[in-house]
Amino acid sequence: MILTAIFFYLFSGIAIASAFMVISSRNPVHSVLFLILAFVNAACLFIMAGAEFLGLLLIVVYVGAVAVLFLFVVMMLDVDFAELRRGYLQYMPVGALVGLIVLAELLMVVGGWVTSPTATGSVASPIPDMADVSNIEAIGNVLYTRYVYFFQLAGLILLVAMVGAIVLTLRHKENVRRQDINVQVARDPKTAIEVRKVESGKGI
Amino acid sequence: MQETMQSVMSVQNLSLLVPELWLSIGAMVLLMIGVFSGPKSTPHVTGLSIALLVAACAWLFMKEEGGLAMNGSFILDPFARLMKIITLVGSTLAIAMSVNYIRRENFEQFEFPVLVLTATLGMMLMISANDLISLYLGLELQSLSLYVLASINRDSVRSTEAGLKYFVLGALSSGMLLYGASLIYGFTGQIGFAEIAQAIVGTDRSLGLIFGLVFLLAGFAFKISAVPFHMWTPDVYEGAPTPVTAFFAAAPKIAAMAMLVRVVIGAFEPVTLDWQQIIVFISIASMVLGAFAAIGQSNIKRLMAYSSIGHMGFALVGLAAGTQSGVNGVIIYLLIYMAMTVGTFACILAMRRKDGMVEEISDLSGLATTNPIMALFLTILMFSLAGIPPLAGFFAKYFVFVAAIESGLYALAIIGVLASVVGAFYYLRIIKIMWFDEPADEFVPMAIELKVVLGASGLFVAFYVFFAGLVSEVTATAAASLFL
Repeated sequence: MILTAIFFYLFSGIAIASAFMVISSRNPVHSVLFLILAFVNAACLFIMAGAEFLGLLLIVVYVGAVAVLFLFVVMMLDVDFAELRRGYLQYMPVGALVGLIVLAELLMVVGGWVTSPTATGSVASPIPDMADVSNIEAIGNVLYTRYVYFFQLAGLILLVAMVGAIVLTLRHKENVRRQDINVQVARDPKTAIEVRKVESGKGI
Repeated sequence: MQETMQSVMSVQNLSLLVPELWLSIGAMVLLMIGVFSGPKSTPHVTGLSIALLVAACAWLFMKEEGGLAMNGSFILDPFARLMKIITLVGSTLAIAMSVNYIRRENFEQFEFPVLVLTATLGMMLMISANDLISLYLGLELQSLSLYVLASINRDSVRSTEAGLKYFVLGALSSGMLLYGASLIYGFTGQIGFAEIAQAIVGTDRSLGLIFGLVFLLAGFAFKISAVPFHMWTPDVYEGAPTPVTAFFAAAPKIAAMAMLVRVVIGAFEPVTLDWQQIIVFISIASMVLGAFAAIGQSNIKRLMAYSSIGHMGFALVGLAAGTQSGVNGVIIYLLIYMAMTVGTFACILAMRRKDGMVEEISDLSGLATTNPIMALFLTILMFSLAGIPPLAGFFAKYFVFVAAIESGLYALAIIGVLASVVGAFYYLRIIKIMWFDEPADEFVPMAIELKVVLGASGLFVAFYVFFAGLVSEVTATAAASLFL
């Protein structure tokens, strides 16, 4: 029990600290790296709470895709972050106030949480007992059987997204030299080397 | 678990999805053909995709039985079958009309027919959707394909702008729709349309449910380009390549309207009074804006955009009635609207001089002397769009207005008739320009496929009165299937 508490405070402490570093570090690349750290710690918290699926999803989707994309964008785009950051302290009080209001609202929402009695009685797909099945298993059971239709449709939508990205952005340039292994392997000394006699005292 | 396995995999189940399976597998195969044989395969891919759409359409004609599939997420009833056939015909004609354009404008992208196929697949899934998740997935499949199609001419600034505008606004509207769907799920605990209707019948309507309904309808209004969610339409119609615009005008609106009808009648029948007010408002706003804003247009594609906004308003008049005869009116309206729009776009695609496409209304001047047959057919279509008897457009308007009057919506019907009179002005102006103005330069001769489409559409519109009874019989069965 004490071990759980230690790990909980470790993960949440690191998550909050790295979230703070995301907005306070000078180098934007460091910010993104701290963001990844925050995501990983949040994922650990999810797993500790028994939501393995959400935890793994957070790592796969946010760390694996979104954060890496951010990193690319930050490195590729020429944004003057020092310029963006000017007046940072000036806006601090307003920012802190907005943050506090959001925090208060969240507490109120969580505090006043009621599930509608009519909705619990008639849900389309009730949650199985978590003692019998892990939540990955529970999702897998319905995702590939009952909801296989939706699963396939989502796949088709992703295919269209991929086709669209290629149609709109891929350009075949004429004068780009690409690696062609067959041509490289087929070269022999006759085509690759040219022997010239150079007279002494003169250049080529 | 055993039971779910059986119900998912049973053959009877999948047999209802045959046209959808054809289209999805066919689209992937055609994509592979295109990728491995390069741009020169475009004509073959185009031909094969037309064949696929025709086959799907023929299957729907032949197959009599219907029912639920995929655990009740997919429904094939007479309404779904008829709307799918109309949509498929619209898509097929849109691809067929693009053949000449693709050849002339060096628009050699095999992805164009493939994306039309996936968009059509999305529309069919939308029409057959029987719960909120399948509705949303079908809608996204359709919308995503349409965003790409709008900007497929990526070297043109206007096409790119059209695509971007459509994408940003479309994503926003999808978000609203999804928010509405989640509220409805939250307040009823159900996603199936019939189950939602069951959950809300007899209980006090909750505020959350009405909120969800409003957001859902806002999302739908965007997809059918009804006022106040119409802003994207003129720019997208003008900016997109003309065959794409023809496709936009013909197919997606029919599918979105079918989906709207199924949702409000199937799931929200117990709260008819609540959605009726919203539909009445967007209907009036669309009819009035469509009539007045089109007057000042000089570009014929923009004009058709405002015309389509107005026509969606007229179709909504039937839905506002909320009765079986109203839905019957909507179906007839959509069928006739598709026929008229496809014919008009065949004419717009034929507006080509030696130095390229033209799209100003003034370019049509004196068409009656330079190309009398095209002028005659376009005149028939314009009269029909204006709703002049005995052409098809008159019957379309007649049925929706009669349904509105039967339900006591007199104000709506009167405003609709007045808007229709104002709208007649700009259709008649085109006729006047064609017949009485000084002839402009001649167009190059029309391509054969455009002639066929224009001829078929013109004859359908002109002689609709002779087979109106037959059409009404089919549409009445389709409408009745929603009110079981």
